[in-house]
Amino acid sequence: MSLLDVRDLSVVFQRRGERPFTAVDQVSFTVEPGQTVGLVGESGCGKSVTSLAVMGLLPKRGNRVTGEVLFEGTDLLKLRPDDLRDRRGRDIGMIFQDPLSSLNPVIPIGVQVAEVLERHRGMDRRKALREARELLDAVGIPDPDRRLTEFPHQISGGMRQRALIAIALACKPRLLIADEPTTALDVTIQAQILTLLKQLVDETGTALIMITHDLGVVAGLCDTVNVLYGGKVVERAARHELFARPRHPYTHGLLNSVPRLDSVRGERLHAIRGSVADNIPWVEGCAFAPRCDNVVDACLDGPPPLEPTASGGDLRCNNPVSEEVAVP
Amino acid sequence: MTDPTTRPGVGKPRTGDTPTDQPAGNPTEDRPAGQAGETPAQRRERSLGRLGDRKRARLDELARATADPGGVSLYRDALRRLRRNPVAIVGAVIVGLFVLVAIFAPLIAPHDPVQRFDELTRDLTVDSIPGATAGHPFGSDPLGRDFLSRMIHGSRQTLFVGVLATLIGLTLGVLLGAIAGAFGGWVDVVLMRLTDVMLALPSLLLAITLVAMASRSSQWTVIFAVAIVSVPIFARLLRGSMLAQRESDHVLAARALGVKERNIVLRHMLPNSLTAVIVQATLTFAVAILDAAALSFLGLGDPDINRAEWGLMLGVDGQRYFEVRPELAYYPALAIIVVALGFTLLGEAMREAIDPKNRR
Amino acid sequence: MLRVIVRRLLQLVVTLIALSALIFVWLRNLPGGPVEALLGERATPERRALLIKALGYDQPILVQYGKFMQRVLTGDLGNSIRTGDPVTDVIARAFPATIELAIAAMIIAVGLGVPLGYLAARYRGRLLDNLTIAGTLLGISIPIFFLGYLLKDVLTQDIHWFPPSGRISTGMDNTSVTGFYVLDGLLTREFDASADALWHLILPAVTLATIPLAVIVRITRASVLDVLNEDYVRTAEAKGLRHRTIRGRHILRNALLPVVTTIGLQTGALLSGAVLTEKVYNWGGLGTLITDSISGGRDYPVLQAIILLAALVFVLVNLLVDLSYAFIDPRVRVR
Repeated sequence: MSLLDVRDLSVVFQRRGERPFTAVDQVSFTVEPGQTVGLVGESGCGKSVTSLAVMGLLPKRGNRVTGEVLFEGTDLLKLRPDDLRDRRGRDIGMIFQDPLSSLNPVIPIGVQVAEVLERHRGMDRRKALREARELLDAVGIPDPDRRLTEFPHQISGGMRQRALIAIALACKPRLLIADEPTTALDVTIQAQILTLLKQLVDETGTALIMITHDLGVVAGLCDTVNVLYGGKVVERAARHELFARPRHPYTHGLLNSVPRLDSVRGERLHAIRGSVADNIPWVEGCAFAPRCDNVVDACLDGPPPLEPTASGGDLRCNNPVSEEVAVP
Repeated sequence: MTDPTTRPGVGKPRTGDTPTDQPAGNPTEDRPAGQAGETPAQRRERSLGRLGDRKRARLDELARATADPGGVSLYRDALRRLRRNPVAIVGAVIVGLFVLVAIFAPLIAPHDPVQRFDELTRDLTVDSIPGATAGHPFGSDPLGRDFLSRMIHGSRQTLFVGVLATLIGLTLGVLLGAIAGAFGGWVDVVLMRLTDVMLALPSLLLAITLVAMASRSSQWTVIFAVAIVSVPIFARLLRGSMLAQRESDHVLAARALGVKERNIVLRHMLPNSLTAVIVQATLTFAVAILDAAALSFLGLGDPDINRAEWGLMLGVDGQRYFEVRPELAYYPALAIIVVALGFTLLGEAMREAIDPKNRR
Repeated sequence: MLRVIVRRLLQLVVTLIALSALIFVWLRNLPGGPVEALLGERATPERRALLIKALGYDQPILVQYGKFMQRVLTGDLGNSIRTGDPVTDVIARAFPATIELAIAAMIIAVGLGVPLGYLAARYRGRLLDNLTIAGTLLGISIPIFFLGYLLKDVLTQDIHWFPPSGRISTGMDNTSVTGFYVLDGLLTREFDASADALWHLILPAVTLATIPLAVIVRITRASVLDVLNEDYVRTAEAKGLRHRTIRGRHILRNALLPVVTTIGLQTGALLSGAVLTEKVYNWGGLGTLITDSISGGRDYPVLQAIILLAALVFVLVNLLVDLSYAFIDPRVRVR
């Protein structure tokens, strides 16, 4: 049994007086215990909404979530709110993008770490704070005793994200969801945080869902990668397979827009033209068609199906990039 | 950014036509394919041509339907949101009706508001004021005048007091705020200290003081006192808004383009600030008529017994004869509440519409 | 921290000096000034000149102001023109009544306003929210003296739930210690006097609370809505914390920061409203004193003192609010 099995997850935002918007469109993927899975795509592709839906953190009103989110066989979407509350923070931890705004500005760091221990492990405040000190130490925050009483604005951005990681891992969850954990940080700090995450995941055997737009992050961390576009999975492959032979034109474009050490000098980077705003609805055809270099007539005859590939992944494309093109 | 009302920084046009960006394959740009001397971008654009014209037209149509109207001006955008807001509509209808009644008061009112009627004065004593009779549906006021006609004519005086007080407060406040915001430095410090002093006094107390200082109260002292109370609010508002804009991107851009400082203030900053001022003026109107009524209630109002003004009617006769005939208080109070509510609703809705936070 | 307090205190002094100077000059130069008030309009020029000299009004304005401030600092605010009593005594008698009323109103406004605002935000767009918003709009649109009469008419005349006016029943033999009748009763163990004073206090306090209540509900609602969208609330949810913990520790603690500021600013509205409320309920406080000082011939020394006192109270309360901020919001401490 997979640790997490997401089946046909859809999220439709419906505000009064507006057309419904499908942010996540029948997304399926699995996470095995201890595995690191990437969800990759541009902003607006539905990757963050997917993670919030898994956690049950979407606003209660104005959206409709369908499908199944099986965590160790239990459908999280069908749990009573209080039961889900018991699991959040204990079985599944989550780290967010902006460490400053994700920490409560008027509560000391120590309490923010301790309260999750008090909640799920029944510790009293004093014991929880002692444990919090150890956790802060474990995530590499220097002088953890002092940090316990400090407030988020008094510590650096990197330390804040470390504190959030400490909170998310406090109860030794079996799954950690990291939503763009390095985007708001300086480049040097980014690398440190990623190294830390990798180390912690390896040590504790926690499975990790890494949500990012940055293929560099994926390359260093993930076992399998799901590429999302317009709310749908367009390509799924093992990491090495994806980087060596991207099949979907979108994945291909993403890879080509990343500078590589082994590229020919003087060669220009390719950008994918247009933006997510140029999508067409999936019912009309492939959402990526208006931006696609490989577009064919069939792309506007309805959504292409997600089909298994020879290399064990999945692909949703009528005219995939052939391997010769992939390696320039 | 030639149009100062174009919202700065919000709702960027979706074509990424910055030099570093490859022009987007935006299907709305209807460029004929295959022309000589085309740029690489155009060539890439042409790749859509392979789809055939039918599909291309379909894409165009889809793009148009989902397109965000990139550079809609602030006002048009705000107006659009106002028109869809039921709160704004209710407010606007109340305000509109009120103004119409005020304008056509002599045509609507059945009687002269100052004429005393024999049939009303006949039964008039200190302990009994006649209620509704034939021809006088609201009955009599304490002097035997037709109360309905006085109510209708009262809208005029109330509108007059409210508008004038608001205008005076607005003009003085905007002047102070603009001077402080434009000059900065010690002028700013002195003027803002002055507004601090005025704000340190509870508003009604300030108005009371001002009226009390005049040798005798008249309609003008009331208007003036109510107006002065709102001056520091307008001044602060305008100054704050101009200071905020001083640092904003669109003013920096204008300055970088070499626009004269005077033109930046007049054409770029002031118009943007004025929207906030107009909203505040709408809200101030409601406060003005409430304050005017309060002054009348305290015996500091307009001493003219012939003048029909709701605040006066409520504050003087309404209070004095509340035990005898409470309708003398109920009707003007209801009128004041409804009109104040109307202006407040309209003002709040306008503020909400203009606030960029609410923009989508 | 200390530097901030000192700076704010200096600002306060500057504001008060400016205000006193403004009022001082104003009072002496407007038609119907104190001389007319004392003598009436038909006094002979000789008598006027005599009085002007006696009052020192013939001296340069700066000298006059200097002398005035000298007296003020020694606690001498002159004598009431109307009654001849020292102004300080007159004010000392009325001040506790108004403060008692204002505090009661604020307790009602905060105690009712914060929960209502929170619930309205939590159930945004539902019936409760809409009713609350409609109520606040009505609250700020109704002339409060009219509301006072209405409440009085219904609750004291039609059904005798509350006494119609005054601070305490006649014949109630209460000992005055602080001038706050409810508190006095508790201090002297005259609990019946306390209860009676409280009973008299409720209706005026409710009337006076109307506007601050409406404002606090709106600010709380807006502030809670802002906080609900904050990332740290989502983090708290992701931790699986109990609803109670999230509400108290994460939402309300942050949402109440702007409410605290509002409470300070509403002091002004309370003092304004007190003038009207006190007249409706015949409450012998500063508001009544103001009305009497104006209608019974302009009693300028009293008026002047009340204005300065009101400004002092307002500025002091807001200073306290700002300082308390430093203890509620850790981000302020560094500055």
